[in-house]
This record gives sequence, structure tokens and C-alpha cells, in this order.
Amino acid sequence: MIKFTNVFKAFPKGGLALKDVSFHIAKGEFVFLTGHSGAGKSTVLKLIYAEQPATSGEVRVSGFNLAEARRKDIPMLRRRLGIVFQDFRLLEDRTAEENVAFALEVTGARRASTPARVMRVLTQVGLAAKAQAYPRELSGGEQQRVAIARALVNEPTVLLADEPTGNLDERATRGVFQLLRDINASGTAVVMATHDLDLVRQAPYRVIELQEGALMYDSAVDEPRDEAASP
Amino acid sequence: MNLVIREALLAFRRAPLLSALSVTTIAFSLFVVGLFGLVAVNLQQALRDVAERVEIVAYLLPGAPIETITLAQKDIEAFPEVQAASYVSEDQALQRARTELVEFRDVLQELERNPLPASIEVKLKPRFRDVGHVNDVAERLRGFGFVDDVRFGRDWVEKLDRLRQIAAAVGLVVGAAFAVVAIIIIGTTIRMAVLQRSREIVIMRLVGATDGFVRRPFLLQGALKGMLGGLVAVALSYGAYALINRWLIHASFFSQEQAVAIVGFGMLIGFFGSAASVGRHLRKV
Ligand SMILES: Nc1ncnc2c1ncn2[C@@H]1O[C@H](COP(=O)(O)OP(=O)(O)OP(=O)(O)O)[C@@H](O)[C@H]1O
Ligand SMILES: [Mg+2]
Repeated sequence: MIKFTNVFKAFPKGGLALKDVSFHIAKGEFVFLTGHSGAGKSTVLKLIYAEQPATSGEVRVSGFNLAEARRKDIPMLRRRLGIVFQDFRLLEDRTAEENVAFALEVTGARRASTPARVMRVLTQVGLAAKAQAYPRELSGGEQQRVAIARALVNEPTVLLADEPTGNLDERATRGVFQLLRDINASGTAVVMATHDLDLVRQAPYRVIELQEGALMYDSAVDEPRDEAASP
Repeated sequence: MNLVIREALLAFRRAPLLSALSVTTIAFSLFVVGLFGLVAVNLQQALRDVAERVEIVAYLLPGAPIETITLAQKDIEAFPEVQAASYVSEDQALQRARTELVEFRDVLQELERNPLPASIEVKLKPRFRDVGHVNDVAERLRGFGFVDDVRFGRDWVEKLDRLRQIAAAVGLVVGAAFAVVAIIIIGTTIRMAVLQRSREIVIMRLVGATDGFVRRPFLLQGALKGMLGGLVAVALSYGAYALINRWLIHASFFSQEQAVAIVGFGMLIGFFGSAASVGRHLRKV
């Protein structure tokens, strides 16, 4: 599904953001991507959705070898992914409903079924009542839900979420996390970047930890760690 | 397609001020081009009017038989350069002199014998009214046996030629300069519209839009703005023309084709300006 093999990422100014990272995420898995700020979590996600190319090593996503993918392949790849950004990235001048519909229309999906599909995902994230609201009329947690709805509307095989709970209070965090768990339970793989260790401990999911760009720990391959040793 | 049109029109509704500003800027840029065009069109018209007077006169030897002359006249009219050839008899020449040269009426009245020769007056088709062709035709006229002398205002035709060349050169250079300035201004305006929506472009790409899908509404919108701007520019030019016509001089306006060309020019700049700036934007994401 997602396979990193000896991936390095260097930015023109700035050192190595990723150093020799390898892992494999299978279909339907739930994975926490953790690490300190600047460890390279967002960079891993950006490599997956092809916003950035790897400097060396191989990134395979959903059958695409990203080093060989042409520009016109990238939209096709992204349609199989659902992406939830740390800063939501909603369009300010469109309602919640229009923001979600937008992601569907962009793929050229048939228009007749659009409203029904949009309402279904908005209901799934618990925002059906606010379908007509603009982002500025929504709380942070609600905007995050719209962003998740938008990521889900194309029925992706993988949901990538970059700190989806970063700006939320505890209650909203639990709500959004539960939503991601439900999504995962219905068969979608979820990769969630977070530094909320409480959240990580709560759930029995796989953990991949980065430190200064290097893969420090992967619960799928390494020995389980005791509480005291984890940061 | 439906969606493309909707997205293009939505942009007008979402940013009415910027859209209005774009259209206005395009309109005024093209208006300046249009004003220059009006000057050019009228200058050309004036030159054409002057060239209307280019005429070659073949004076005939006295006593040439009228049948021969009539035949020759037919021949001359068949020259590819010739628009019309008319025969003026001795009597008609005298008649004309009497009405045109009023000061000499007495002298002309007292003549015993008509001193004026008969002639054939030859008018060329508009596009042949230059020194080269005039000379050419004059030479051929001299070849007729009954022709005594051929006259045309050589100096004058040469000056007209030069004037035409200068007008064309100046028109081309200044016109091109205006057009380039218009393209730059319109290009910048269009780029602002794209820039304003750069966030949207990035998000569209991230949720899986193809380049073509992102581009199409912008192209349509750019073409629409260019077309609207062009229409307004033609309307403004017409206003200017009407004012000039009423208060200054009798002027002429663009032909239908020229007006369509201005609108088309606006549309093309809008279209390609959008293509260029969206393209530049897409390369970044
Ligand atoms: N476009 C870029 N140009 C240069 N350096 C970059 C760029 N993007 C990221 N970096 C660097 O790469 C490193 C990893 O950044 P990344 O955004 O992946 O961290 P992160 O783990 O997501 O951190 P956070 O928890 O704060 O979001 C950082 O040192 C950052 O400065
Ligand atoms: Mg990050």
C-alpha cells in the first residue's frame, strides 16, 4: 500500500529532513506517526501525496512508484488518498457543503450523485446541520471535521491526517480521533501524524517514531517499549 | 463543461470588485488602442480620398477618327489596373474650361478656333494608385498612335506615395507599441486574478484536480473578461468618434470587421494571459 525504502529527503536550504527511512504500511492499517516538532512527520506525508519528491530511495504508494510517476499521474494518485491538513485548507468563500463537493467535482465525478454523497460524509462526521456554514462560521473542531469529510468523499483507500487534533481541545480531540477510528474500522487505512502521546497510548495501534529525520522506532518490527523509555 | 462555466462565472460573483477592475482595465487599455486605430483608420481614409484624384490624361492628336478612339477606350478599360476611361471631346473640353475658368470666360468666348485637344481620362483602381503603376499605364498609353502626350502629376503622385509609406510605418510602430503596452497591462490584471486564487489552485491540485481541470475555468474567465473589455472599448471608441464627428471633423468609424478584431484581440489576450499565469502557477504545485 505505502512502502518507503531507504528514503532520504534533503531540502535545498536546511539539512536532511529524512534519513534512510524504510517502512511498509498495509491495507486497512492504523498508524501513528510520532516524533518531536521538526522530526519529519509532515515530510513523510508530503512524500506520500507527492507534494515533494524523495531525494533518494523509493516511495511506492498504491501501485505508483513516485520517482517514475509523471505529472499527470499525480492527480490519479491523490484521488485514492484522503488528505487532512494541519491547517485545514478549506476554501473560505465556500460553504462546508461546497468545500466537500469541490473535492468530488474536481475528479470529474458525475454530478447527479454529488449532493447525496456530500451529505452522507457530512453526516458521517456529524456536521450535516452545518452544511450551509462558511469556514469562518465554524469552530476549529468543526472545520477539522469538514476537512475530514472532504478527504473521505472520494472514498480513499488511505486517509493521511497531519496533526488533525493539533489545534483542538480535549473533547474535540477525542471526537475527531473516534471519527478516524470509525473510518479505519470501515476498512480505510489511516496514517495520523501527531505528537499527542496520550492519544497514542490510548489505542492499540502501530506507532512509527521519527527523530531528526531518522526512523527511531516502529512497533510493527521493534520490541515493545516500556512506558518509561518513550519520550 | 457545465462545471467549467459554473466555476468561471462563480469567480465573477465571488470577486465582483476585482473582476470589474479587470474588465475596466482591459477596456481602457483596448480603448487607447482603439483611439489610435481610429486615427489610423481616418488617416487612411483621408489618403484614399486624396488618391482618388490620381488621374492619367492622354491628349489625342487632332483628327483621330472617333471609331478608333472608341475601340482604344475599350482596350484601355480592359487594362487590369484601370477602373474607368472616359473620352472628352474637344467641345466638351472647351465647355469644361468655360465653367471652371470663369476668369478667362471672355477670352474663351472670343476664340475662333477651339485650341483644346480631345483626351481620354483614365482612373486607376484604388490599389494601383502609386508611382510604379501610374508610370506603367502612362507608358502603355503613349504606345497608341493617336496619342499626342500623356500627363499625370508625377511629383504629386510621388509625394502621395511617400506619405503613404510614412503613415504605414508610423502606424505599424506606434500601433505595435500600444498593443504591447495593452498586452502587458492586461496580462498583469489577469495575473492578479489568478494570484488572488492561488490558494484555491493549490488546494484543487491537492485534492486531485488535473492541470486541465484547474486551467479551464481560468481560460474561460480570461476570455470572457477580455471580450467584455473589448466590447466596452469599442463602445468607448464609438463615443469618442461620435463626439469628434459632432464637434470637430467628419470622421469615419471602424468597419464591422475591425470592431470584431478589437473584441477578438481582447479575448485572445485574456485567454493567453490566463493560460500563461495559470501555467506558471501550476508548475509550482
Ligand atoms: N520546504 C522546506 N524547505 C526547507 N526545509 C524544510 C521544508 N519543509 C520542511 N523542512 C525542514 O524539514 C524538517 C522536518 O519538517 P517537518 O515539517 O516534516 O516536521 P514535523 O515533524 O512535521 O514537525 P511539526 O510537528 O512541527 O509539524 C524541519 O527541520 C524543517 O525545517
Ligand atoms: Mg508537521
